[in-house]
Amino acid sequence: MYAELFQFPVGREGYYGQFGGAFIPEILHETIRELTAAFNDAQADPAFWDAYVALMSSYSCRPTPLTHLENLSKDLGGAQIYVKREDLNHTGAHKVNNVMGQGLLVQRMGKQRVIAETGAGQHGVATATMAARMGFECTIYMGSVDVERQRPNVFWMEQLGAQVVSVDDGTKTLKDAINATLRDWADSMHTTHYVMGTVCGPHPFPQMVTYFQSLIGREARLQMLEQTGKLPKRVYACVGGGSNASGIFAGFLDDADVELVGVEAGGLGLDSGQHAARLARNVGSTGVAQGYKTRFLQNAEGQMRPTHSVSAGLDYVGVGPVLAHLHDIGRIRVEAATDADVLASLQHVMRREGIIPALESTHAFVAALKEAPHLSSQDSILINQSGRGDKDIFTIAEALGDAPWRAFLRQKVGEWEAAAAANDGVSA
Amino acid sequence: MGSSGRRERRGVGMTPVENYIRRRLQRKRLLLMTHAIVGYPSFEANMAMLEAMQKADVDLVELQLPFSEPIADGPVFVHANQCALEAGVAWKNYFAFMQRVTVAFDFKVLMMGYYNSILQMGHERFCACLAEHGGDGFIAADLPPEEADDLHQYAAAYQQAPIVMMTPVNSEPRLQQIAAKASGFVYCVARRGVTGRQTQVDENLEAFIERCRSATSLPLALGFGLRTHQDLQRVKGLVDIGIIGTALLTAWEQGGVERYSTLLQDLTSAAM
Repeated sequence: MYAELFQFPVGREGYYGQFGGAFIPEILHETIRELTAAFNDAQADPAFWDAYVALMSSYSCRPTPLTHLENLSKDLGGAQIYVKREDLNHTGAHKVNNVMGQGLLVQRMGKQRVIAETGAGQHGVATATMAARMGFECTIYMGSVDVERQRPNVFWMEQLGAQVVSVDDGTKTLKDAINATLRDWADSMHTTHYVMGTVCGPHPFPQMVTYFQSLIGREARLQMLEQTGKLPKRVYACVGGGSNASGIFAGFLDDADVELVGVEAGGLGLDSGQHAARLARNVGSTGVAQGYKTRFLQNAEGQMRPTHSVSAGLDYVGVGPVLAHLHDIGRIRVEAATDADVLASLQHVMRREGIIPALESTHAFVAALKEAPHLSSQDSILINQSGRGDKDIFTIAEALGDAPWRAFLRQKVGEWEAAAAANDGVSA
Repeated sequence: MGSSGRRERRGVGMTPVENYIRRRLQRKRLLLMTHAIVGYPSFEANMAMLEAMQKADVDLVELQLPFSEPIADGPVFVHANQCALEAGVAWKNYFAFMQRVTVAFDFKVLMMGYYNSILQMGHERFCACLAEHGGDGFIAADLPPEEADDLHQYAAAYQQAPIVMMTPVNSEPRLQQIAAKASGFVYCVARRGVTGRQTQVDENLEAFIERCRSATSLPLALGFGLRTHQDLQRVKGLVDIGIIGTALLTAWEQGGVERYSTLLQDLTSAAM
C-alpha cells in the first residue's frame, strides 16, 4: 500500500484519492517541476538514501531508541506501551529528519539559500541547524503569535545564523508563515529552496517529506519486531500538518492488522469551536489553499477559520493530503485530545516514566493511555514521541500555574533590568 | 500545434471580453486594467475609486474577492484582503456590489480571486453568478491550467473569459499548454514574485512578450510592478493592456481620492 500511494496515474501526479495536487501561482510552476525531477532522481539513486541514513546516524542519534513504558503499562493493566523516541534527535524533534534530507537535495540542486515556515519553531530550528551545517543562507518565517509563545526557539534560530521574519498577516500563526514563505519563494526560487516542514503544500512536498520521515516507521517496525517479537496492535501519533504521523505510519501501512491512530488538537473541545481538528469527527471540509487540496477548517465560503491549541505545532488549518486520503478510505482512525487532557497526561508521563514529551506529542499519549487498559497485556502499542517537551517550559509552567517558576522569571527580569540601569548610569 | 490550437479556439467563438478589447484597441494603443479589493477600505471608497476609473476611461476592472490565504499577493493587498474579511465581506455583498458596478459603469468587470472561493461556490454556480451580476470573466491566481478544464467548460457556457497567466520563467511547451486553455486575453506576469513591487521594463521583458505572442493570438495584458506613466509609455506598443493594481491602492492610502484620481489621469494619458 505504501509504495502504491506514490505511483500516480498519468494526469493525477501528486494526488491521493481526491486530495493533494499543486495549486500554485504559475510563476512557481517550473520550480516545482525542477524540484519534482530532482527528488525523483534522488529517490531512484540508492546511494542517496544511504547517504541520508549515514548522515542521520552521525549527526542526529539515529536510529532513535524504542522505550518500553514499564511503569505505565503495569499501572494501566492493559497493552504494553512502547515509545519511539524522536525527542532524542538533534534539535529535539523528528523535524530534523526531513530537514537534513532536503538539505542533501538542495546540495544536489546546487542552490545556496533555504527558506522555511515554522509553527512551534522546531522546524525553524532544524532548518537553521541544517543551513549552518551545510553552509546555506537561511530565512525563517514565523507567525508573530508563535514568535511570542516560542521565544526560546527564535533565540536559537538567530544564534544559528538564520534571519527570523515575524509574520503579522491573518491569524499570525503557521498558515500565515506558509503563505509568507511561498511569497518569498515566488521571488527567489532561482537561488532558493523552500524547505517545507510538513507533509502539506503542493506536490511533491507531501510525498517528499513522507519519504524522509518514513525513516521513523522503518526503524520502529524493526525495533518492535526485535524487542517484542511481533508488530504492535496500534500505532499512535499526533497530527498537525502530519509529518511525524506520516513517518511512523509509513512503516506499518502494509501491515493490515496494525491500526493507525492519528490524534489532532482538540483544544477546548470539538464543540467549543476552539480547536485544530480537521479529520476527527469529519470537522474539516475539502478545500484548496497553500498550494494543495485537503480537508481544511474553513467556513462555508472557504475562508480559513482560526484554530486553537495549547501546542503551536498542531495549531494549523490543513492536514497532509496523504493522511486525509488514508482517513477517507478508513486506513487510519483520527481522534482529538483536549488541552486539559494533554496537560494531565503530560504530568502523568513525566512522573511515572521520567520522560518529557512535547505538548504536540502528548496528544498521542492521551489517546494511547486512554485505550491501553482496554487491550490485552499480551498486546503492545506504539506511540511516536515526536519531540521533547523542555522547549515548552514557558507554556507548561504557565498552564500549570507554577508559582515558583513565575517568581523565578520575575527575579530574572529584575536582575536584567537592574544590570541595564546600572550600565546606563555608568555610560551617562 | 500552436496554430491549430488557435484555429480551434476561433471555432468556439470569441468571448465578449475579447470582442470588447479588440474594438477598444481600434481607437487606443494601450488599454488599461485596474483593480480594487471589494470592501477595502469600504464599499463607499470602492465606489469613489470606480468613479475615478470611469472618468479616466479605464477599460477593464478586476474586482478582487477577498480570501484569507492570498499567496500571490504582496503586503499591500494581503492587508487589504484581511481588512475586507474582518469587515465581513462575503459572497452576497461581493456580487451585489459587482452588479451595482456593472450597471453604473462602462468598463468590463472581471472577478479576481483564489480558487477555493470558486470551488466552495461550485464551478457552475460561480460562472452563472458572474454572468447574472454582469461580470465578463475571472482570474484565479492559484488555479493551474491542468486543473482548469471543468471550470472552463462552465465559463464558456456562461460567456465568461477564464484569464490564464503566462510568466517569464515558463518553458515554450508550458506556454503552449497555457495558451490552449486561454480565452479573452492572456495575463502576462512581468516578473517573479508577488504583486506590488517595481518592475524593470527592459529587453528581457520584450523577449518574454515575444514568446507569449508566438504562443497565442489573444490580446496580451501585462501586470505585476507597473506603477507609473513612464512604465506604461514603455509597454505601449509591446502589449495591448497595462495592468495597474498596487500603485493605485497605495495612492489611495496615501492621499485619498484626490491622489488616486491624479495617478489614474496620469496613467491614462500615457495610454493614449
